[in-house]
This record gives sequence, C-alpha cells and structure tokens, in this order.
Amino acid sequence: MSIQAIDLSYTYGQGTAFEQHALRHVNFEIKDGEFVGLIGHTGSGKSTLIQHLNGLIRPTGGDILYQGKSIYSDGYSLRELRGKVGLVFQYPEHQLFEVDVFSDVCFGPRNLGCSKEETEKRARHALKLVGLDESFYSQSPFELSGGQKRRVAIAGVLAMRPEMMILDEPTAGLDPRGRDEILDQIERLNRQHGLTILLVSHSMEDVARYVDRLMVMNRGEKVFDGTPREVFRHYRELEAIGLAAPQITYVVNELRDQGIPLDETITTVEEARDAILGLLEKRGKLK
Amino acid sequence: MIRDITIGQYYPVESPVHRLDPRTKLFGTLVYIISLFFADNIGCYAAATLFLGAVVHLSRVPLRFIVRGLKAIVFLLLLSVSFNLFLTDGRTLVRLGFLKITDNGLRLAFFMGLRLMYLVIGSSIMTLTTTPNQLTDGLEKSLGFLNRLRVPVHEISMMMSIALRFIPILVEETDKIMKAQMARGADFESGNLIQRAKNMIPILVPLFVSAFRRATDLAMAMEARCYRGGSGRTKMKPLHYEKRDHMAYAVLAAYLIAVIAIRFFF
Repeated sequence: MSIQAIDLSYTYGQGTAFEQHALRHVNFEIKDGEFVGLIGHTGSGKSTLIQHLNGLIRPTGGDILYQGKSIYSDGYSLRELRGKVGLVFQYPEHQLFEVDVFSDVCFGPRNLGCSKEETEKRARHALKLVGLDESFYSQSPFELSGGQKRRVAIAGVLAMRPEMMILDEPTAGLDPRGRDEILDQIERLNRQHGLTILLVSHSMEDVARYVDRLMVMNRGEKVFDGTPREVFRHYRELEAIGLAAPQITYVVNELRDQGIPLDETITTVEEARDAILGLLEKRGKLK
Repeated sequence: MIRDITIGQYYPVESPVHRLDPRTKLFGTLVYIISLFFADNIGCYAAATLFLGAVVHLSRVPLRFIVRGLKAIVFLLLLSVSFNLFLTDGRTLVRLGFLKITDNGLRLAFFMGLRLMYLVIGSSIMTLTTTPNQLTDGLEKSLGFLNRLRVPVHEISMMMSIALRFIPILVEETDKIMKAQMARGADFESGNLIQRAKNMIPILVPLFVSAFRRATDLAMAMEARCYRGGSGRTKMKPLHYEKRDHMAYAVLAAYLIAVIAIRFFF
C-alpha cells in the first residue's frame, strides 16, 4: 500500500499571461513505512508537490492515488485523507491559535469527529511523542520558545493519527540543537511507530543522515530518485541545479583525486571517519 | 480564489500615461470626475468618451483589463439605471404593468449608466498606470500645504504606502494559514452562518499574530535605518514636472473648457 503520483502536472494561472509551470509530469510511489527525503532549490516545485498529496491543490494534469484510489475522484473524502496524510507546513508554529497548548493539539482530532475522550487521549499521546510533558498543557502556545512552538504544531498534526507525515522544512530557523531534536523525533516516528515520512528540505546534510531514499526536484521535474548514495554520486549535476552534496562528499572526492582509495559513496562524516581509520590501520600494519 | 482581486492593481507596461508625474494623473482624474458631473447632454458625453478613449489607448493597458474593473459595480449600475429608467416622470414611451418608461427616464438612465462607468474606468486608469508608491508620493507632495495646518502629511502617506504594500502579503498569508488549518481537518465550507463565523477563528488569530509580528519587524528595520518621520527627509527621486506633464495639463484644460462650453452653449 502506498501513495502514488501519476504524471502529475500543475500550472499556475493557466490560460493567462502569467502562466507558470510548477510541476511537469512527476511520477513516483512512496511505500508504507518508507522514510523519503524531497530536495530541491527554492521554486523547484517541492511545496506545490506536497500540497497535492493531501488534496489541498487540484492538479492541472495527472492523478494522485492513495492506497490505490484516486483522491480526486467523486465522493472521495478529502477530509478523511487529510487525517491519514498529515501535512506539516513550513513554520507550522504560525498556525497556532488556541488559548493553550493542549486545546490547540486537540483541534485536528476534533475536526475528524473524534469523541472528547478519544481526542484528549490522542492529544496527550501526540504531545508525549514530541517530548512535551504535562507542564506545558495549560501554557499559551505564544509564550513558548521557537522549538517548543514547532513541536506543538507537529503534535497538532500527529494527534490526527496519520499513516503518513509530510514535513516541509521542519528545521527552518531552528538552532542546531533544536534541529537535531526535531529530526531525531521524526526518525523515531518512522522507525518505532512505522509512520511513512516525506521530509522536504534543502539541506543535504540533514537529509543524508536520516532518509532511506531521496528525490530531487528541479524546475518542476523530478531529476533524481534513489538512495542518498546513488544521488550524491551525481554531485556535479546537483551543483549545476543549485544544490550541493554534503560537505563530506567533497572531502572524500578530493582525497580520492589524490589517490587515496576511499569509497565514493560515503555520505556521512561517521562513515568517512571509519573508512579513513580503516585505511590508516591497514597501512600501519603494512609498514 | 483570493488572487483574483484586481482593484487597484498596477499594470506594468511602458506608455506615455505611465510616465506622467503622479500629480498630473491625480489632478487629471479629479478634473475628469468633476467634468462628468458637469456633463448633461450628448455633446458633453461625446467629449468625455473621446478624452477617455484617447487616454486608454495611450496607456496601452488592454481593454479587457479595464473592463474587468466594472464587474465590481455591475449591481450598482443595474440598480441606478433601472431606478432612473422606470421612476422618472415625463412622456410615456412604453408601459409594463405599473412600470413605465418615459423619454426623460430613458435619457437619465443612459447618462447615469455612462457616468458611473466612466467614473470607474477613469479612476482605474489612474491606478493601473501608477504604482502605489508613486501614488502616495504624488499625494504627499500635492497635499504638502496641509503641513502648515499641522496635518502630518508625510506620516499619513507613509502609512498608506505601507498598508498598500501589505495587502498582497496578508492575502498570501491568509491563503497559507487556511491551507494549514485545512490540513488539520478544518472545514470552511459547511455549517450555518454562526458556525462559519466560528470556523474563521483558526484563521483570524494566526493572521493577527502574524500581522503584528510583521509590523514590529518593519518598525525595527525602519528604526535601524534611522527613520524618524518626514521633517528634513529628502527623496531619492524627487517629483518634478516634465514637458509632457505641461502638455498633459494643456490637453486637460482644453478638454475642461470644451465640456463647459458644450454644456452652456448647446
């Protein structure tokens, strides 16, 4: 079971002088339980693409299938779909509106028609998943720190018990610690709770560390799709479209150019460290 | 859906009308509006049509764009035309039940319709060919004499241009917040009036919060650049009249005289 994009196209202002192709014939399938990264430069169509996945935008061409059914067919409940495919927008803390944290998190499940007990149970669970304890429940969401606000907003989507979560730049504007905390929590949601995750980002470093698979968008088209190793091998092409591979890829390639036999598919600092140490050890033994 | 609003929209092309000083256009629009209220016979309207047609042609704004502005007043237009048509005394031409169309009514309705349409077209030509910033610049300079009466002209025009600048930003923000709440299962389309008004809370609260956040950010940025109001502030591009503005004023005067002459002598 999965979510599928079939020949998806979207044109802004179709038929006017301001026509702009945001998506051109995009095809992919995300299977249940996958952790996928979506990367692209500003204006590459990432945000437009993810808004199709829960039916916020109607495509000008193509289709989206969720669990095999077209979400744009007549009688398909988009509201139900939005409970299953949770979408966390960029700067989600800007959508908080309730008087306290707990009621804000309750908003989603209540909209889905859950009973009061069920709603509160889900809200408590969601807040626990993002690491906010009961001392936060009665606080105003506007008085929290940036990272805490963002976690409340993510909990607001989690409380709907989605099967899949799409997060648009969930780490934008956070300090390195807040960034790692959020990304670790997202990883836990995937590994421990089996949520399908689509993580939108422009930071290769963040994405390389977590995802199983990487899709790269450029000018509304999907240009690469594969494991981070496969994708980063094309680091020169990535540069040409305004993206960069993780810094460690460049270090490894410089070393390879100097004749040091490292594996070119190394994508993280840890892997590079192990490989280099391994080589040094071997040479030490040889001497 | 919200993006379709076109009132006060600027149409970016190069044209003699675009290049005119904003004060010329402001004053010209004012004179044109006054002339429309002067006009009471077919000759005057012919002159007004000719003048408007020439300006529209010179402005290079597609007619389709200008006519779109009329959509907003269709209801008002129909209402005033039908009132004039059916409720004016005079020689009866056609009778439909208790309603009758008279020769006077027909004439008044026709002129009223034209007048309303020309008012809207005339003022939208100004906004279509002048950027909001130019417009407030022009207003500030034209109303400069009010400074002596201690009216803070600069501050008011600054507020106006900031407000205008913020409209598209807030529209976009509303769109974003609406989508974010829809992603959380919010529903803005069903329910009775009270229910719908209540459903607006999840949009309005974040919108206000973000408007205040943007306002404080902007105030901070302005202060960081030493903004402290209008006194002693010079402009990078001060307004001054060119030859084409003098020509425009001459044409305008000729038009006004023509309308007055036609009204009193024919």
